[in-house]
Amino acid sequence: MNRPFGEALARLPAYLGGHVAVSVAALLLGLAISLPLALLATRRPALRGALLGFASIVQTIPSLALLALFYPLLLGLAALCERMFGASFSALGFLPSVLALTLYSMLPVLRNTVTGLLGIDPAIHEAAQGVGMTRRQSLFMVELPLAMPVIMAGIRTAAIWVIGAATLSTPIGQTSLGNYIFTGLQTQNWVFVLFGCVAAAVFALLVDQLLALVESGLTHRKRGRVITGIVGLLLVVVAALAPSLSVARTTYTIGAKPFAEQYVLAALIEQRLRNAGLSASVREGLGSAVIFNALRAGEIDAYVDYSGTIWTNQMQRNDVKPRDEVLAEMSTWLARDGIKLVGGLGFENAYALAMPRAKAERLGVKSIADLVGRAPNLSIAGDYEFFGRPEWTAIKSAYGVNFREQRQMQPEFMYQAVARGEVDVIAGYTSDGRIAQHNLVVLEDPKHAIPPYDAVLLVAPQRANDAAFVSALQPLVDAIDVGMMRAANQRASGGASPTEAARDLSAEISRKSGRAR
Amino acid sequence: MTAQSAISLQSVAKTYGDGRVLDGVSLQVKAREFLAIVGPSGSGKTTLLRLINRLSEPTSGVVQVEGEDVQTTDAVNLRRRIGYVFQGVGLFPHMTVAENIAITPRLLGWDAARIAARIDELIDLVRLDRGKHRERFPAQLSGGERQRVGVARALGAEPRIVLMDEPFGALDPLTRDALGDDYRRLHDELGLTTVMITHDMLEAVLLADRIAVIHGGRIVADGTPQALLHDGRDDYVRELMATPRRQAERLRNLMERPR
Repeated sequence: MNRPFGEALARLPAYLGGHVAVSVAALLLGLAISLPLALLATRRPALRGALLGFASIVQTIPSLALLALFYPLLLGLAALCERMFGASFSALGFLPSVLALTLYSMLPVLRNTVTGLLGIDPAIHEAAQGVGMTRRQSLFMVELPLAMPVIMAGIRTAAIWVIGAATLSTPIGQTSLGNYIFTGLQTQNWVFVLFGCVAAAVFALLVDQLLALVESGLTHRKRGRVITGIVGLLLVVVAALAPSLSVARTTYTIGAKPFAEQYVLAALIEQRLRNAGLSASVREGLGSAVIFNALRAGEIDAYVDYSGTIWTNQMQRNDVKPRDEVLAEMSTWLARDGIKLVGGLGFENAYALAMPRAKAERLGVKSIADLVGRAPNLSIAGDYEFFGRPEWTAIKSAYGVNFREQRQMQPEFMYQAVARGEVDVIAGYTSDGRIAQHNLVVLEDPKHAIPPYDAVLLVAPQRANDAAFVSALQPLVDAIDVGMMRAANQRASGGASPTEAARDLSAEISRKSGRAR
Repeated sequence: MTAQSAISLQSVAKTYGDGRVLDGVSLQVKAREFLAIVGPSGSGKTTLLRLINRLSEPTSGVVQVEGEDVQTTDAVNLRRRIGYVFQGVGLFPHMTVAENIAITPRLLGWDAARIAARIDELIDLVRLDRGKHRERFPAQLSGGERQRVGVARALGAEPRIVLMDEPFGALDPLTRDALGDDYRRLHDELGLTTVMITHDMLEAVLLADRIAVIHGGRIVADGTPQALLHDGRDDYVRELMATPRRQAERLRNLMERPR
């Protein structure tokens, strides 16, 4: 219990720093936009309806989706900038997160400011006019001070929402306290999950209480409280940001998708580079669609992808070819963008339909073809991507299987669900340690509907000719067999940290290459 | 219009949508005069008052203040030189007594020392206690104290004209009487021109130099209290004057009856 806690604590400066930076920037930007808009809207009923309507609609978009939507949008914008001005900006991480969270912060501020201002007694309005105030003077000397408690309540709500939703900026590449949660969920490290939640909650509460202090100072005209509150807020922000600023910038960034195997491989690559005297860090939890574009744009320097993913998602191919041809064609295709395919790591992590061994034997199912008559009575679970992927279409059209029910789940829960019999079949991963752990059997694919999924090491265009970098990675090619990967994955999803699992895997690689020699 | 008219309304009409609130009102208020406008609810008296400092614009007709057409003067500047006591007080709840009184001088850009001196002067003038009331908020005052602050605020920037919209309406009779007398004294001492709206004829008779009776958007009678008491032409005016007259007679009977 102590070890994961220590590791969580060690990551706090970087994660908290990223979290505070992104949520504070979003809140400030949100206030800078919402407050003036609310002032305008208070006097214009049509604008008021439109603005509050827009903000309410934004609020109904799930925050994860809102964050995800900003990435492709900015990617397009960045490409446009590149073409027009020859210079561009990073569409990954900070910027999309700030913009999405800014939108998210707008509703409470807009609504409360408008409500607060409209709620002022008309007699007070008239008195302000009667003593000779201009509209502006009436607003700043009378209306805003009187509406202050309601406005501050809106700001506090926005602060809590933004700080909470900022945990979801991890999948689009912004380091945040969400890294604990996403990593923890994938690796069954519940200490991490809890640590992330508690850290975000403590930060949110702290900000809320300091804002409450400012509010009470403003209402009771206690300048001391206002100053204490503001200084407190500044201290919290500075204290959270300072350690992350001193976290050394590294030369190389390794990307990782949000699952255990990727964390282990990224940690392995990081260790390799460090041992070769290069400085490297891991940017983890990047979504499958985000990570490839991030590599192409040079925002990360290397990561491990799977040939089938590139083949179907990036190259938009539906045909199935033998492994060697897929690798060769892919290498040529990637080279057009300048991406270097260093090589395959030596194992496949394909999608595969799997079910508990006992159940498969009872039903006499060995391959996907055997499911055809039985599928209408069976349920299947897959990860969030699977049922939208070409593999699933290919399986259905090749075998003509139709399941009674299909469910989407977090991979971790998917394995547990099939083991407990809550679903009958899952779309698992061949290199997953949990296949053996839960005594599942992988169903054969005699019609080769599922393309090969060789783990391949990709290097960003700007590093393709970086000899020191590429040669540090080269020894990983063909160094890991599926058994080694499964064992490492099982360790990483069974309580060991990715770093530890990677260290063991590295030792295993050395042993194996020693034997081979 | 005579040269000494402080306020002059000429054939002023005001309509809101279909409703005609004021219908051809002409009225002159001489400098240093205390005019009471009396009428039932909805008769247009508040609208008439609001036209004088341009809180409202007439649909037709001319309003002049100290010889100037208010339509051609800057409304904000006009309001800063006319004191206004609001119905239901209208003090700013987030400001102290001192800050409320200082508001118009502050808007006019007086220096701090002059404002501070003016606050103390006005607190004395309306018979409040500097030490006790100066830094209080309106919610911490009694109704009468609040109304005194309302009067002090109206006098803040040394106006020559003061408009009062049922200033003493919500007060208990004792406080009301004391405040009325105090204000009349201020009116005389400071040489003010005052237009006060009231629905209480007795208050009008006791305080004002002149009373204008407004009914259905028109001025139905205009004269000194004595003249109105003996004017029997308009039914509504007779009815209005009957009350104070009856009260006065009863009181006299009570006081003359030997014990």
